[in-house]
Amino acid sequence: MAKILIITEHDGRNLNAGMAKCVSCASAIGGTIDLLLLGEDLAGIAAQAASLEGVDRVISVEAGHLAAPLAANHAPEVVALAPDYSHILGPSTTYGKDLMPRVAALLGVNQVSDIMAVEGERHFKRPIYAGNAIVDVHVPEDSRVVGTVRTASWPSAAGGGGAAVESRPAGVAPATHTRYVGLEAGSSERPDLQTAGIVVSGGRGVGSAENFRLVYELADQLGAGVGASRAAVDAGYVANDMQVGQTGKIIAPDLYIAVGISGAIQHVTGIKDAGTIVAINKDPDAPIFEIADVGLAGDLFTVLPELKQLLS
Amino acid sequence: MKVLVGIKRVVDYNVRIKVRSDGSGVETDGVKMSVNPFDEIALEEALRMREAGHASEVIVVSVGGDECQQQLRTGLAMGADRAIQVRPEGEVQPLTVARILLAIAQREQPGLVLLGKQAIDDDCNQTGQMLAALWDRPQATFASRLELAGEAARVTREVDAGLETIEVDLPAVVTVDLRLNEPRFVKLPDIMKAKRKPLEVIEFGDLEIAPDPSMAVSHHAPPPPRARGIMVEDTAQLVAELKNRGLL
Repeated sequence: MAKILIITEHDGRNLNAGMAKCVSCASAIGGTIDLLLLGEDLAGIAAQAASLEGVDRVISVEAGHLAAPLAANHAPEVVALAPDYSHILGPSTTYGKDLMPRVAALLGVNQVSDIMAVEGERHFKRPIYAGNAIVDVHVPEDSRVVGTVRTASWPSAAGGGGAAVESRPAGVAPATHTRYVGLEAGSSERPDLQTAGIVVSGGRGVGSAENFRLVYELADQLGAGVGASRAAVDAGYVANDMQVGQTGKIIAPDLYIAVGISGAIQHVTGIKDAGTIVAINKDPDAPIFEIADVGLAGDLFTVLPELKQLLS
Repeated sequence: MKVLVGIKRVVDYNVRIKVRSDGSGVETDGVKMSVNPFDEIALEEALRMREAGHASEVIVVSVGGDECQQQLRTGLAMGADRAIQVRPEGEVQPLTVARILLAIAQREQPGLVLLGKQAIDDDCNQTGQMLAALWDRPQATFASRLELAGEAARVTREVDAGLETIEVDLPAVVTVDLRLNEPRFVKLPDIMKAKRKPLEVIEFGDLEIAPDPSMAVSHHAPPPPRARGIMVEDTAQLVAELKNRGLL
């Protein structure tokens, strides 16, 4: 039976919403599921983690040097616990992508990146070529499984569980070669892009940072998160943390509204798992319409004000 | 300070990928191959460091069959001083590539190893972090800004929550993101000059690297298609359709 350890991402206050999805992935593998929390003052987050259905135990390791999410400090703590586990998973977020390969290398194994389906304890499906091909990968019998979970592929585990929380001391001295300086957070009062039920995204067609106001207004009316295509980010209309796509965030909202986005393959990769995709673009031949469930060929500068009125 | 830059030969990012009908892989016959775009950004950054006087030599390294010499020549044409090809026996996975890069790093003693954050073929996003782990050195992934300050580097990283800054002692491994820079175009005379620059070939067997457990890839499939959608005529219809589906 698999013994699974999930490395838990949090921001110091709340559990990352992707963790409930990682737990679903672990449940699909089957076996015991422990969550590892690394940081400082973790009691509140530990309680959130313990409530996830399917979790057997939460292990909380608190130390000042673990407060910043540095792979150089987090990886050795994970490795110290590894002998007890057959599977070690993390989310396919920037935190997980940074940390997990460092863990895998220290354990002498390759990593299964972006697990989108579980076919067996050691048999997974993952996307390659920006999601244009799906491969079956098999981890050898005698080797530990280290993987990241493509959270957009998984449902959230339910709450209401009551796992035990166990505190352990940090086992490894801090790395002195890496120092955390700070985080310049994208300031947003809007729903988080990766967990919002509705997301409205703007592309190059929006034309300017000022015009993005139209996208924000629609999003606020719908209680939606706001995203952007790479073209819009590169053009400087919005901050990089709003980028949706192969090299940005992979999301799966119930409703995705793409405004002035042509539909480059690298963007489409990031929204393939959305429930319903709506595209508004003035070019009727834009590739975004090939994957949209509902398309409207029209000028966004006409459509968005109309939408605003119809929805108010 | 030497800067070592990893380069991978991949299917060009403009090519529309086709999965072979027998599921054995992705069609690469007659397909345009290029330097992985993230690696190109890594190389550009190294070249700018040399031009600014922070780096003395830029070395490009690739792991692959002789066809990857093409991409190494591109790297030399962009401005790298010399190239190293490590010729593996069969297919290699990220951990082995990291071990190879470690062996080269131990030989060359670079102050900085720059890699793309991921290759756009297997999308693994592992090699840089693995090299840093095996080398027991700092890593700074997803770099969108890189400043050298004496024996350390200050790196701004594109993370989910925004822009994170960390400071790492050198030598370090930095993997680069899209917005770090815009790579230069290669000029024809540089392509001619690149032919005379040194390109060393090292056999994998000579590096004496112990084999790692490698994952088997059994089947390739195209992604499941989305059901065909509908077009609406105007905004009112759009709203009606979404209300109909219970989405608004």
